[in-house]
Amino acid sequence: MRPEVRDVWVEASASVGNASSLHTAGRGARRVVEESRESIAASLDVRPSEVIFTSGGTEADNLAIKGVFWARKSLDPNLNRVLVSAIEHHAVLDPVEWLEKHEGAEVKWLDVDAWGRVDPDTVRQALATSGVALCSVMWANNEVGTIQDIATIAGLCADAGVPFHTDAVQTFGQIPLDLNLRGLAATTLSGHKIGGPMGVGALIARRDLDMTPIAHGGGQEREVRSGTLDVPAIAGLAEAVRLAVTDREEHAAALTSLRDVLIARVSELVPGATLSGDPLNRLPNNAHFTFAGCEGDALLMLLDAAGVHVSTGSACTSGVPEPSHVLLAMGVSESTARGSLRFSLGRTSTQSDIDRLMEVLPAVVERAGRAGVLSLPRSREL
Amino acid sequence: MRVVAALSGGVDSAVAAARLIDAGHDVVGVHLALAREAAVGGPGSRGCCSIEDSRDARRVADVLGIPYFVWDMSERFMEDVIEDFVAEYAAGRTPNPCVRCNERIKFAAVLERAQALGFDAVGTGHYARIESGERGAELHRSADPEKDQSYVLAVINADQLAGALFPLGDSHKDEVRAEAKERGLLVADKPDSHDICFIPTGDTAAFLRKRLGPAEADIVDAESGEVLGHTDVAYALTIGQRRGLDLRRPASDGQPRYVVDVDLSTSRVQVGPRSALAVTELVGDHVRWCGPVEDGEVNGHVQVRAHGEPVPAKAIVDGDAVTVYMSEPIFGVAAGQTLVMYSGTRAVLSATIKLTAHD
Repeated sequence: MRPEVRDVWVEASASVGNASSLHTAGRGARRVVEESRESIAASLDVRPSEVIFTSGGTEADNLAIKGVFWARKSLDPNLNRVLVSAIEHHAVLDPVEWLEKHEGAEVKWLDVDAWGRVDPDTVRQALATSGVALCSVMWANNEVGTIQDIATIAGLCADAGVPFHTDAVQTFGQIPLDLNLRGLAATTLSGHKIGGPMGVGALIARRDLDMTPIAHGGGQEREVRSGTLDVPAIAGLAEAVRLAVTDREEHAAALTSLRDVLIARVSELVPGATLSGDPLNRLPNNAHFTFAGCEGDALLMLLDAAGVHVSTGSACTSGVPEPSHVLLAMGVSESTARGSLRFSLGRTSTQSDIDRLMEVLPAVVERAGRAGVLSLPRSREL
Repeated sequence: MRVVAALSGGVDSAVAAARLIDAGHDVVGVHLALAREAAVGGPGSRGCCSIEDSRDARRVADVLGIPYFVWDMSERFMEDVIEDFVAEYAAGRTPNPCVRCNERIKFAAVLERAQALGFDAVGTGHYARIESGERGAELHRSADPEKDQSYVLAVINADQLAGALFPLGDSHKDEVRAEAKERGLLVADKPDSHDICFIPTGDTAAFLRKRLGPAEADIVDAESGEVLGHTDVAYALTIGQRRGLDLRRPASDGQPRYVVDVDLSTSRVQVGPRSALAVTELVGDHVRWCGPVEDGEVNGHVQVRAHGEPVPAKAIVDGDAVTVYMSEPIFGVAAGQTLVMYSGTRAVLSATIKLTAHD
């Protein structure tokens, strides 16, 4: 958490009111919530009533996907198709798959190209079929960093009269976001990715977007989201959003130059390293590589021992490293996908971190390459 | 040393890892994912199993403050242990999958990978001791005779032994549980695992029936030839087995009857009295010296199952083959079982039983 955010968060935690209560303390809490909402709305250039507080990005994505699907379907039972990119975060993928399995939704997975881009023409064609309930494409991919042409895709959805949702959890604070794009009906934001508290996020939803609640109760947030609000977390989120917007340009410029040094040096010094995603139109904090002949968790283990912390992407619930569905959707082979690493840069990253990484990375990749892919059965080895 | 501590999620491996850290090693926790369902469905589908054990293992690593990784050994385990297990039964033999797992997975694939990644050894929570003898590392029985696992480890050779650490070898199980509690490891009260890990129900016959389909056979009296019963999973019956035969008539002498022979080619399972199970000679192949290689003859005791009684015996080794002569009979030995020759507390060699005889 950013220190400025922590101060706000701690201060708000000293007051005890429930924002739903009518007594004095409750009114005080209510005031904090509403001022936070107004602050966030001002930072994002949206209306306060468009800010729906949630427990984080996952809940906001679920509300957008399931809530919009149910609302649209109750309006017209023929609205049963969901258009969604194949490279979404699990917080979008899983509710979509759940709708497919349990609610009879028909899912059209939008293909991506080798850089992980959704071609607007793909969306145009998918929208040409009838019965589309909603469309969701993340603003930028969390693993490979590719930024999508959201303005064009949202515009196509507007033309077709289809609500469009985007998960901007990874994007917010990195690139300028225009939440008033024509056709953009709902945007997911999360606190902890911008130095805010964990366990708080928001769905920025147009006032005319109809959603069915996914959990029922007090209806505290616009009657579509129930549950006692976490007042200190909301106050912290507002501060984090404010800082993310005011700092963004400077922050992004610093990260972009670091990122480009990192990409250039890894590409130059590590044989077999291939940059994933769009080389130019990518998140400032993201560099993602595949290392041919290596296993990601072997790289992770060796780097961890050398004091460098990176991420390989997702693991299943028993912790088994999985080849990334994002890379597979981009046409990367399963064995290559297993040898991938994401380098995320943050507020505290420096040139010396990159120097340190480059001291160890070539030897680490060499060693991991020798260890190879031993977990495969012998019959699959060459 | 840099050591991979294999963390199963149970109490033994947790305490073993803790002791490795105390001994000053640079320890990384690794949980072996040995089984999982294939991923199916749309993008991002995930298939997993043994979630609870994996979480317990991760929690142990967190409490001990060591890095934690999951190594996916499931495909190798499927090929080298599960398929081998099924194929052995289909061929009328009785395999021990834990022996196979130690031989092919834990002290082969895992150790190789650890060494390739710059580690010196793999430490586990097995109850056995490694002692340095004049001619190198030797495998010995654990201090706790109840928990001794030297039998299932006797398939690893001298090189593998040199890369293995068993920090629990000098301890009794109750001490290990008490230590886990003292160290704040929440797995202290977790029950021991007894079943074959990939058959959690314990119903081996049902597992084999699912994999191999039915195999009808008559169960006949070995002496009279009279048909006494029927089975639809002949390969799941093991020499020496008494329970689950569902024989229609009691034996004329009122004594229990045991499976004495399973012949899948003629679909005949023979049963007889315990005396018909007596064996005084074993012929084995696939000899493995678990430590220093001895010249042709080993005198000591032979053991043919994980918690079986050791029996005085002499083994004559000829290359990959061994013949073991016992001075008193043992009962109910099936082809496919592992024999381990001990000299005192030291496990000297193992072999896979091919034939048995009675003089």
